[in-house]
Amino acid sequence: MLKANEIEALVQGRSLWSDARRRFMRNKAALVSLCLLAFIALACVVGPWLLPHAFDSADWDAMSAAPSWKNAHFWGTDDAGRDLLVRCLVGGRVSLTVGLLATLASVSLGIVWGATAGFIGGKVDSLMMRIVDMMYAIPYLLIAILLVTILGREFYLVVLTITVFSWMDMARVVRGQTLSLRSMEYVEAARAMGVSTTRIIFRHIVPNLLGVVVIYTTVTVPGVILTESVLSFLGLGIQEPMTSWGVLIQDGAKAMEVTPWILLFPAGLLSVTLYCFNFIGDGLRDALDPKER
Amino acid sequence: MWSYTLRRVLSAIPTMLVVITVCYLLLHATPGGPFDSERKVSAAVLANLQAKYHLDLPLWQQYLLYLKSVLQGDLGASFRYADWSVNDLVASALPVSAIIGGGSLVLSLVIGVTLGIFAALRQNSMVDYLVMLLGNVGSAVPSFVLGPVLIIIFAIGLQWLPAGGWNNFELRFMVLPIVLLTVINVSTIGRVMRGSLIEVLHSNFIRTARAKGLPTHIVVLRHALKPALLPVVSLIGPLAISSITSALVTETVFSLPGLGKLIVNGAGNRDYTLVLGLVVLITVLTVALNLLVDLAYAWLDPKIRY
Repeated sequence: MLKANEIEALVQGRSLWSDARRRFMRNKAALVSLCLLAFIALACVVGPWLLPHAFDSADWDAMSAAPSWKNAHFWGTDDAGRDLLVRCLVGGRVSLTVGLLATLASVSLGIVWGATAGFIGGKVDSLMMRIVDMMYAIPYLLIAILLVTILGREFYLVVLTITVFSWMDMARVVRGQTLSLRSMEYVEAARAMGVSTTRIIFRHIVPNLLGVVVIYTTVTVPGVILTESVLSFLGLGIQEPMTSWGVLIQDGAKAMEVTPWILLFPAGLLSVTLYCFNFIGDGLRDALDPKER
Repeated sequence: MWSYTLRRVLSAIPTMLVVITVCYLLLHATPGGPFDSERKVSAAVLANLQAKYHLDLPLWQQYLLYLKSVLQGDLGASFRYADWSVNDLVASALPVSAIIGGGSLVLSLVIGVTLGIFAALRQNSMVDYLVMLLGNVGSAVPSFVLGPVLIIIFAIGLQWLPAGGWNNFELRFMVLPIVLLTVINVSTIGRVMRGSLIEVLHSNFIRTARAKGLPTHIVVLRHALKPALLPVVSLIGPLAISSITSALVTETVFSLPGLGKLIVNGAGNRDYTLVLGLVVLITVLTVALNLLVDLAYAWLDPKIRY
């Protein structure tokens, strides 16, 4: 006869998260994307300090210069003679920061909104979800443009504007998950075994909620970065001399007939970043929710 | 069905009202009036101007007046273009946006559904890879990157088509914008169509149809297509909203005189009434479109009960 603690030792072994990590590690595309993204983020943070040029100072000998190794303009310069690589990295700082901040804010809002609606249920739930439906029907970019027109183009206002229109997915998913988790058989079984409510919440509800939260967070980040870029591209986001990938792409698009690299480098960087987030999101979905495949 | 329709129509009205109200209040919460310009005008002229635009009334009366005129289809006057009303500007811009947006939506539905069908029928074939590749491109290469790239290739490199502009509905100027929007929409439609058709093809009634000995094209076209199209129908609503985003970008990239360009310029000039009018107009249009799509969905899907 096995003792109780021996049984526990046999049954434990693999947690939800170590299982997920194992599945994620096996996904080559996701792993490569993660490394690439880490490299891009690192380059954006430390790169501008290591490179010889400043992002806002002009090199009068090299205006709209093609990429070359000689004068250390590895990605060339823009039409004002500013080093493109440094500008791309500094722009990356801004774009990624906006992405992280707005994602953090909208994810928190979405979780609180969705969990509240799911737990309380009834009239409150249907009212809260009606508001979410309403937000979905609104062409958000237009309202964002209106907000930016009225409030100005400060950094934190851009973050705020993006946040207001990107929390609904998370709220919906978290609500659905909360509703279905509440009536799950294993929650019922735990309750029948006399497990306390707090322990049920932390042992069964939260880990299962965390899965979808993590997945939808990785989906939210590229969406948010994209929205910032669109706003900046339209000239309604981050303002000169500060820059972001959207601003750089706008600058590049103006000059693409003669100096296409000014467009192609930031555009490529943005696309690679978005690709990475997509692959990581897919990988996490497969790793955390094997049923979904 | 009628009570469901009525309920949906009634629930769309608060959405529109909330949007109009919030936008209106936001606009009026901003410091600075429309007439504090560099040029000083005399007090009498200012009073006349304010009376003309009802700025001398309390806010709630102004708001009600605005609502009334919106209901009558009048979006007010533009702040920047003195001789133009917002309606005039919309009337000149709407056809451009409508033909680009509508054309690309129809085109991308046809192409997307067709590609999706072929991809689902021949998984891991060339068409399937094309659909998945397009899906990836659509989700990671944003329209404001793809647009300039198209221009570099087809207008600057090959010199087949103009790089932008608008010449009185001449077809040559419409090709690239429509292609851009179509590529982006096809990526979503193709992926959704592929997924839903694969799912439908695994269901029992398809097995029955095959067991009866029906040829594949009958099985697909007569039995599988209709249920598989449902998710695509429900996609039209979000697609319309995202194509507003792409329209803003497309019209900026190709300098088309459409609604998107109008709103971007209006925002740049801080032309409050123009932006407000356009936001109200487009919100009402999208909410109405979403409503229509929901009703169509309820009508098409026998599983939905009201």
